[in-house]
Amino acid sequence: MTGLRRYRPIPKGTHPPNDFAEYGSSKLRHPKEAPVSIPQTLSEITGPVSGFDRFGPVEIDLTMQHAAPAQGERIIVEGRVLDEDGKAVANTLVELWQANAAGRYRHDADQHDAPLDPNFSGAGRAVTDAEGRYRFVTIKPGAYPWRNHANAWRPAHLHFSLFGPSFLTRLITQMYFPGDPLLKHDPIFNSLSDEAARERMVSSFDFALTKPEWALGYRFDIILRGRNATPTEAEA
Amino acid sequence: MSGATPFQTVGPFFRFGLVFDGCDQPVGASDGTRIVVEGVVKDGAGAPVPDALIETWQADPAGRYRHPEDGRAASDKPFDGFRRTATDPDGKFTLTTVKPGAVPGPGNRQQAPHLVVGVFARGLLTRLVSRIYFDDEAANDQDPILECVPSARVKTLVARRIGEGRYRFDLVLQGEGETVFFAP
Repeated sequence: MTGLRRYRPIPKGTHPPNDFAEYGSSKLRHPKEAPVSIPQTLSEITGPVSGFDRFGPVEIDLTMQHAAPAQGERIIVEGRVLDEDGKAVANTLVELWQANAAGRYRHDADQHDAPLDPNFSGAGRAVTDAEGRYRFVTIKPGAYPWRNHANAWRPAHLHFSLFGPSFLTRLITQMYFPGDPLLKHDPIFNSLSDEAARERMVSSFDFALTKPEWALGYRFDIILRGRNATPTEAEA
Repeated sequence: MSGATPFQTVGPFFRFGLVFDGCDQPVGASDGTRIVVEGVVKDGAGAPVPDALIETWQADPAGRYRHPEDGRAASDKPFDGFRRTATDPDGKFTLTTVKPGAVPGPGNRQQAPHLVVGVFARGLLTRLVSRIYFDDEAANDQDPILECVPSARVKTLVARRIGEGRYRFDLVLQGEGETVFFAP
């Protein structure tokens, strides 16, 4: 076998720490031991890159999954999935899930006193094109309260799940909206100490994406872990 | 280009978005030994974690990955090595799969059969990465990745055979018996 093309080290501050006291749920759930460094092997540089039909059909319009249109402010969310060198990640699965316009999830454990919308499930799925592009039409989610601290509210957000070309490029993140006054109070958003890192999770309003008389457009590019330039070690 | 997009927690309300019919079951490749891996996810107080998402990735019974960067001849029975399952209210999970073969490792050495594992949950701001090995595989003793692990903690990575084709593997997120998590 030829050399493996390994993925580059993750610079400190790229991702949040799991030990983050301001986020109460992390207290008993973050490992106390440091992670054990291991070489990247064939097991890690491979990963699910095909067979995505298993996950269900592509559903890029979350507003029209039921008998009537979903309630709330319709939005267009579009972006590209790229690696750290700016190269498109084509043909990869993008999973999206979210609360409805009132800030309520279609989930048994969500007890927030806000209405469910019978015409909104809040989950979609896209596969990126050759340029790494994906597009969703959905409803702007509402903010919602949680019990992390007094008067705690999550800023409006969309959950994104991505695979990329290997097990090492897997990412689950949240997309936020520009100018949201709740961002500066949210411990999950602020678990990143670096402002530039936080900004990578905030979409930008985009007139070019906005469809007249129909919906505002938000752009959200997602950057997955990149590779080393050349194979570093020959392996059998 | 700037850095990668950061992880954020999967949160407590992911089921309707991520868990689909058959995601914890094998697809393709009927060859090999069918196995069930079951266990509990526990927190630092020993309490079950009822809202964890576990994903696994593995080779087929011949040790081949369904991926273009596995340069060996592809199997004529394509095997989808990805599984996903969520814990139930008691923190339990079950994965049905086929036992993987040994796969190539660093320095011309073989790796013992294993699944790579990703764990997400409310309270975890990123993904935790681990591995599941099997206690009936002699090759564990020569595994180049297990060699990186302090010997007293290796057992946290080894599923215990509890019956015909059944293995037990608990994930302890914190504290006594904490599972080994990796930084590859």
